[in-house]
Amino acid sequence: MEKGGIVLKPEVIGHIGSLAVTNTLFTSWLVTILLLVIGIAAGFRVKLVPSGLQNFMESIIEFFYATVEDLAGERTKVIFPIVMTFFLYIIVGNYTGLLPLFGTIGFHTADGFVPLLRSINSDLNTTLALALISAVVTHALAIRYLGIKDYLKRWVSLNPIFLFVGILEIVGEFTKVVSLSFRLFGNIFAGEVVISTISSMFAFLLPLPFYFLELIVGFVQAAVFMMLTLVFIVILTEKHESH
Amino acid sequence: MENLPSALAIGLGALGPGLGIGLIGMKAMEAIGRNPDSSTKVLPAMLLGMAFAEAIAIYALVIAFIK
Repeated sequence: MEKGGIVLKPEVIGHIGSLAVTNTLFTSWLVTILLLVIGIAAGFRVKLVPSGLQNFMESIIEFFYATVEDLAGERTKVIFPIVMTFFLYIIVGNYTGLLPLFGTIGFHTADGFVPLLRSINSDLNTTLALALISAVVTHALAIRYLGIKDYLKRWVSLNPIFLFVGILEIVGEFTKVVSLSFRLFGNIFAGEVVISTISSMFAFLLPLPFYFLELIVGFVQAAVFMMLTLVFIVILTEKHESH
Repeated sequence: MENLPSALAIGLGALGPGLGIGLIGMKAMEAIGRNPDSSTKVLPAMLLGMAFAEAIAIYALVIAFIK
């Protein structure tokens, strides 16, 4: 289905061996390299009184550390890097997708125009991978903090009522993965379609409010993904109070 | 006429979330109006709630896109 040139499936731009490299995969490599460069540059020769890039990154980190500490309490030191990585990856992915070269430079093939760069979260593969990683990390941390026995007691129980609740909770875990992935995918993909449609109608001045909307949506969706992962981890790693 | 399923999907699917987001905003406005100092606590919670409600509309939008 094509609406203004945007397709649901990410376009394949090449092959490495038997791996089909799509434009979103290629962009995600670039985003990873960008984050690595920023991280190394900010942490290179750390000064006690920060300035420049170190200062900027520290202000971001401190702001979110306070928010995470509010919710996570004593487990913040373990949980914070995980959720902050999700946030940084998603927000850098969303914002780089708004840059000028995305969706426009590419090459022509028999099936049409294939752009070389594409916003990474407009691909359901990326968001599903992020949601799955979030779920696996949540359960791994729960097993680490609660121990295997207490962890399993949540899902299976001898009491029939709690057994039913356990089954519902298992189903709930799958819905969490689906909801996380589709929320991020839907927002960013819909933003891509909107901007592409409005740009195909009148490419000057008119897309500006939509770009502004995409800036807001990019930040909100990254923050929501982070907060949801954080809340799920905190809830799952909490020691079950005995009745 | 061939776009009717997509139109219905997103049209009807946006009713619930639209009402939901409006109600969340209304209650947030009331809370901030009664206690202006609480806006730093109410605002992030409101945004989080709105993002959840909007996600339902996004599910409907994805269905509208793929059909």
